[in-house]
Amino acid sequence: MNKLLIVKDVVKQYGDYTALTNANISVPKGSIYGLLGPNGAGKTTLMRIINQITAPDSGEVIFDGKPLQKHHISEIGYMPEERGLYKKMKVGEQALYLAQLKGMSYNEALEKLKFWFEKLDILSWWNKKVEELSKGMAQKIQFIVTVIHEPKLLIFDEPFSGFDPINAAIIRKEILELAEKGTTIIFSTHRMESVEEICDHIALINKSKTILEGTIEDIKKQFTANTFEVITSGGELQENDVFTIVSLKDNNYHIKPKAGKSAKEILESILEDTEIISFKKETPTMEDIFIKAVNNA
Amino acid sequence: MHKIWLIIKREYLVRVRKKSFIIMTILGPILMAALLIVPTFLATQTQEERIIALNEDVNYILEDSEFIHFTTIPTSEAELLKTDFSESPFYALLYLEGENFTLYSNQQISLSVSKSIERQLEQLIEHEKLKLLGIDLQMLEDASTEINITTKIISEDGFTSNSQAEASMGIGFISGILIYMFIFMYGTMVMRGVIEEKTSRIVEVIISSVKPFQLMMGKILGVALVGLTQFVLWIIITIIISTVAELAFLDANVMVTEMNSSDQSVILAQVAEFTGGINLLQIFLAFIFYFLAGYLMYSALFAAVGSAVDTEADTQQFVLPITIPIILSFVLITPIMENPDGTLAFWMSMIPFTSPVIMMVRLPFGVANWELSLSIGILITSFIATTWLAGRIYRTGILMYGKKATYKEIWKWLKY
Repeated sequence: MNKLLIVKDVVKQYGDYTALTNANISVPKGSIYGLLGPNGAGKTTLMRIINQITAPDSGEVIFDGKPLQKHHISEIGYMPEERGLYKKMKVGEQALYLAQLKGMSYNEALEKLKFWFEKLDILSWWNKKVEELSKGMAQKIQFIVTVIHEPKLLIFDEPFSGFDPINAAIIRKEILELAEKGTTIIFSTHRMESVEEICDHIALINKSKTILEGTIEDIKKQFTANTFEVITSGGELQENDVFTIVSLKDNNYHIKPKAGKSAKEILESILEDTEIISFKKETPTMEDIFIKAVNNA
Repeated sequence: MHKIWLIIKREYLVRVRKKSFIIMTILGPILMAALLIVPTFLATQTQEERIIALNEDVNYILEDSEFIHFTTIPTSEAELLKTDFSESPFYALLYLEGENFTLYSNQQISLSVSKSIERQLEQLIEHEKLKLLGIDLQMLEDASTEINITTKIISEDGFTSNSQAEASMGIGFISGILIYMFIFMYGTMVMRGVIEEKTSRIVEVIISSVKPFQLMMGKILGVALVGLTQFVLWIIITIIISTVAELAFLDANVMVTEMNSSDQSVILAQVAEFTGGINLLQIFLAFIFYFLAGYLMYSALFAAVGSAVDTEADTQQFVLPITIPIILSFVLITPIMENPDGTLAFWMSMIPFTSPVIMMVRLPFGVANWELSLSIGILITSFIATTWLAGRIYRTGILMYGKKATYKEIWKWLKY
């Protein structure tokens, strides 16, 4: 698959403190890429490097096939976790200013802003001062100024913090729409449920290193322990030559197939003893994977 | 370059549109004018006609002035007044007892009245005594002499010019003070702007579009333009106010109208003579230079301080070392004016942190060209160096939240 962004062996040190040692990610074009990791793992540093806010000590960043350069700024949109607006400035004026800083002309910026303000139904805020808006309202403006210049790559750092569920849903919808149109999106978060919902690729960064990377599917496969969850209607299960019982609570069994036995064989062997209400292969949630990977590393 | 213009424009417009800016710009010159005009205005308005009664014992002929009239009354009446003054038409009673003059009144006698009477009596009695000693008053008057010493400076190229210490002091003092004020007011304005960007968390959004250095310089230059705008407006408004005040004054006072037409050229000539030995063009150009270079250097430092802290309350420990040299140069203005060519003056006008104020103080007294060039060269070099250093602190500082910065920490930022 064609990669939009490749970060190769990036190292960044602040004095004695190492923020990144050998960070590696490769983001396919058009993907929604989750950048996960506990606090202080180096996610923000990595995003700052991609945005050319700080320069790496060594390693390379390749954007769209070429080493990252100053002019790429207009092709990247970044919504940092620490975000805000000038409180005393009017909404419209401020949005225009930020859009022009991204390299848009005044007229182009005005046109696109009107479009987005109408789309999110906030045109009436144009002449309000930011300090008159609620936090959620300000976040919407923030979202618009991030995407206004139609960049190839959008980077969101904890995009849903500060939004109420309704507005979070609106923003999520907009992000997915942008992804459908072909924009590549990097998501940084430690909220696992949004990762599973939205992302197709992830990278896990822990203690300044990339410890896991790939499609969600592959990673889940990698972490699947090959166990089944069985709920019976009341009959007891007995271990046999097909499976062993890992744990049991009431009628809820976790069983593990013996070597070379298939799901079909297990199912048949259980059905000889009792009725089944539910039978499913256990797949770990991203949260399980996250905790497991961090603890193992 | 396009982006730095956008930043300058925003920084400028946001500040110039503020109510506080508009109010300060209009009020500044009005307050200044009021400070100068009101006391004089009040002084002329409260002058009422005052009649001073003289006891007939006082046989000196006191001359009436514009507001003070004298009239002699009999002793019997004077004695009466001394006990009950309330009904009398007089402002005060001058009474002679033996050798002593006393002024009686039912109110506080103004200092100007008692002084003017004192002066007249002194002169009258002095003349009387001189006459008694047999000295001819006319001879005395003829012998009185007045001498004005003109000082001239011989410059390196052999031209002599008048030197005018008072004008030099005035020009040096005013330009020194203006630079001091400008650095202080607008330097801290830059600092507050940086803190605002940091606390509102907009800074990371912006520096994903522009370099931190561009943001810092854009702010510094934008604020400089705000300062220059205010400065120019102050001058214009002051001129308008003084013209209006002058016109109003002309209406009320015919005497001024008579002398005005002919004397204008005389006054101009006097001004030219007064400032004759001073190279006004050089001072003007130097003023612009030191004004801007001093501000640029200090505001870069103020920006660095703003980037290192989270709130304005935390700035003190960093602002103090920056302000000490400016305050020091302010305090040293007077001693340096007394000895503008001394060692202290020389070194203070070379050290870049004090040179903007001190060199401007020295300049009207005449400074060798090599000294001026050296001082300018040092200031330019240190301006570039401090801006570079401040830029390094700034780019790290603005992204540090919630950490209390220490000097040690800032030293580390320089090396990142």
